Amino acid sequence: MKWEALLFVVAFGYLALLFVIAAWADRRAEKGHSVIGSPLVYTLSIAVYCTAWTFYGSVGRASHYGPAFLSIYLGPTLAMLFGWMLLRRMVRIARAQRITSIADFISTRYGKSDSLGALVTLVAVIGIMPYIALQLKAITFSHAVLTAYPAEAQTNLIAAGVLSDKSFWVALVLAVFIILFGTRHLDASERHEGMVAAIAFESMIKLLAFLAVGLFATFTLFGSPGELLQRAATLPELDEGFGIAAVPGGAGGWVGSLLLAGLAFFTLPRQFQVLVIENVDERHIRRASWLFPLYLLAINLFVIPIALAGLLLGNAAGNPDSFVLTIGLAAGPDWLPLLAFIGGLSAATGMMIVETIALSTMISNHLVMPLLLRLRWLHLDSRRELSGLILGVRRIAIILILLLGYLYHALIGESYSLVTIGLVSFAAAAQFAPSLLLGLYWRGAARRGAAAGLIGGILVWAYTLLLPGFAQSGWLDARLLSDGAFGLAWLRPYALFGLEGWDIYSHALFWSLLVNVGLLVGVSLFSRQNRLEQTQAALFTGNLHPDLLPTSLWQGETLRGELRALLNRYLGAVATARLIPRGKGEPDDTLPATQEQISAAEQALAGALGGASARVLINSVVRGEALDLEAVLSILDTTSQTLEYNRRLEQKSHELARIGAELRRANEQLRELDRLKDEFVAMVSHELRTPLTSIRAFAEILRDSPDVDVAQRTHFLEIVVRESERLSRLIEEILDLARLESGRMPLNPEPLDLAGLARQSTEAVGHLCRERGVELEVDLPEDGAPVVADPDRLQQVIINLLDNASKFAARPDGRISLHLAPHKGHWQLSVEDNGGGIAEEEWEKVFEKFHQVEQTGDSNGTRPRGTGLGLPISRGIVANLGGRLWIEKSRRLGGARFVIELPEAPPQSGQDPDAQWLPAS
Amino acid sequence: MMPPPKLPGRLTALALLGTLLFTPPLIGLFDHPGANGLSWLPLYLFAVWGLLILAAALLLESSDED
Repeated sequence: MKWEALLFVVAFGYLALLFVIAAWADRRAEKGHSVIGSPLVYTLSIAVYCTAWTFYGSVGRASHYGPAFLSIYLGPTLAMLFGWMLLRRMVRIARAQRITSIADFISTRYGKSDSLGALVTLVAVIGIMPYIALQLKAITFSHAVLTAYPAEAQTNLIAAGVLSDKSFWVALVLAVFIILFGTRHLDASERHEGMVAAIAFESMIKLLAFLAVGLFATFTLFGSPGELLQRAATLPELDEGFGIAAVPGGAGGWVGSLLLAGLAFFTLPRQFQVLVIENVDERHIRRASWLFPLYLLAINLFVIPIALAGLLLGNAAGNPDSFVLTIGLAAGPDWLPLLAFIGGLSAATGMMIVETIALSTMISNHLVMPLLLRLRWLHLDSRRELSGLILGVRRIAIILILLLGYLYHALIGESYSLVTIGLVSFAAAAQFAPSLLLGLYWRGAARRGAAAGLIGGILVWAYTLLLPGFAQSGWLDARLLSDGAFGLAWLRPYALFGLEGWDIYSHALFWSLLVNVGLLVGVSLFSRQNRLEQTQAALFTGNLHPDLLPTSLWQGETLRGELRALLNRYLGAVATARLIPRGKGEPDDTLPATQEQISAAEQALAGALGGASARVLINSVVRGEALDLEAVLSILDTTSQTLEYNRRLEQKSHELARIGAELRRANEQLRELDRLKDEFVAMVSHELRTPLTSIRAFAEILRDSPDVDVAQRTHFLEIVVRESERLSRLIEEILDLARLESGRMPLNPEPLDLAGLARQSTEAVGHLCRERGVELEVDLPEDGAPVVADPDRLQQVIINLLDNASKFAARPDGRISLHLAPHKGHWQLSVEDNGGGIAEEEWEKVFEKFHQVEQTGDSNGTRPRGTGLGLPISRGIVANLGGRLWIEKSRRLGGARFVIELPEAPPQSGQDPDAQWLPAS
Repeated sequence: MMPPPKLPGRLTALALLGTLLFTPPLIGLFDHPGANGLSWLPLYLFAVWGLLILAAALLLESSDED
């Protein structure tokens, strides 16, 4: 009994500390130094996901079902990675529309529907109440374990009496806390600074406590993780050895709970509250996207070691759900179980605080207020002050939720183990996922569809999870489970329509989501949305930006006085003065309210009462519809059309830019060609003028000097004839070049033997070589080299190359060689000389028109000059014949080496053995 | 013109990779008992989990896309 007084002091001392922290944070916020404006605090507040169920239940789950506990945390890890964009979008929408809860979010999305908001609230209350009860049960349970140890804990409340149950008092203290820090402002969409600070603190405490127990179990009790695992190998309980086979439902059950946890992470009311409503700055989501998974990893790291340690301690540790406490009790210092108790308490209270605030806001805004507004006989319109009433409703809701939770725990909590309740609640919350997520991405999702889906889904949930739970507790006939409703076997709740072999949660999740999504999509496709729904759908799916709504769309008229009176009644004088400030001097109550004021008033009311009620109230004082929905929809159409036009215009301009670039390139090319052409013409004129000038000069000499002697005259005439020949050759070559470049060179390709052609060419230049004292080596294959080419033109090329080579060969002892060999399906004909060679940077230039090679190493200038057109023409001809002509260094003779490469001719079609297979056409 | 943001695509790919690594058949590959009779599966899950968080942290903290 030594624990009794100590636990009392510690538990309530801890709660008192929460009050202090919350009050301090609220004080700081009022002074403008918010303590919750950091991604770290945001992450810790999201960690309210880890409840007493995590703190005590994970170890129990690990002991029974191996790695199954991990799926509950891996699901949110994946959801957080997937959800960065999604969450940011929800936060933006919630801020713009002053959303107060998940019920408000869904109701506002589907045309600010009262009934949908009420439905979501009901489902949330029914589904989450057991979860709150579970937290209270954890507190009672942990207290009982500590006080009764080493005896088995007795948790029979009825026998012990309610007043001696600590969790009852904890619930009451929490109610006070939540009323103080959760309902300070009427505006539920404003942040609860103090509460968030306290929650973040609690998240730290539970993590530290769990890590302390884990470190003790791993390193102090058993020395090291290796030692612990070694000892654990002897445990008979671990047949499955933490494999997937230990998970209920096996691999299917694993995937099912992964999905379940991922969905519930967004749709549990408390998660929506901390993730979306309490988010201060959307940039915090970015860091939380990895920091929160890290928190989950840390708090799960020691679950398996603690489970193993507890199992090894055997009877001393008792029930696996209490290992976190009993390990310290059995083998540790006294402060350890106390720390564990505080950790469990912080996990339980954190969850209850946030869940209760979320639920109470939903109950007051979506169940009570719409009802009160409908009941004319209450004469709400004539009451002067209503803000007090709303806060009162919310406070009563808080007390009722906690008391109901307590009742649930006291009456039926006994029949469930910690593990089962949590997942039943998860499955209920997951029913919000289809209307929430589809509503964000599919504009066609309609109110009737959402309502039908939600009702269908929750009915299936109740039939497959809730009623069987009752049956197991003995509240219903147990034959429901074995025989099915009305004795129909296909209606068995755990094997609906004969679907067997799944674990009960995956089974329930599958059927309920199937019905839910099916009804949502099916009914939406066959129902018409009203105008408000269409507008809201467009706003939520991002098809209509709120900034696009000009204030001129707010039509309808009212007086400022009336608007003030309305706000005054619901929000109080301070908020009214802030929203519609009075002008100086004379009263302006009789002036018409501006459209900005009407819209600001609706927003402020939505933040306090939810979108649906705010709309009812505004329309009650404004004559005519406040917002011209017809016009909004036409804007929406125009907007989407404009977006479409923009998209097309953008495409067009991209195309134009591309075409422009192409044109610019083509123009540059043309300019370059033009320049080349001018250059060419200039060069041609120059080349033509040189022989012409000398012809003219000698002709004039002959005309003007009749007394020149015969020898002289003959010499002059020879020069004239030679220059004329040069001139006509030049003109012939220029014409060739022009024909080649324009593609009109008449080529008559025919199969021929390149070796034979080469031999003929050597014979043609043989005389010239001998004259120049150059030795010609020829190396041609014996059995021919078949190619397809124009014989005259090709010969012209070969002769040109041989002529050049003989010109540039060394003097004396000039040597040139002609070599023909096959190379990879081609014939390569090379002409080499032993002259000075051509520098590598000149290799391409020699193929330019009129380019004359510098005659290196030859000072006497006796070499015959070429026209500078031979090589360009040769290259053109070879290219036209489908081959290549290039220069390289001659390795054998040391000078230049010109190579002609021509494709080997295919076998003659007449001799082709395949030809007979061709169809006769 | 602004280039389209890269971060959403990268994060989604990472989340898909995580989903793949956390579901059958891949988890089945590691579900066999070690020397002491305990399955490797929990160790594998924790290791993948840690690496995913590391990758997400690198992605999210290095990008300055809004």
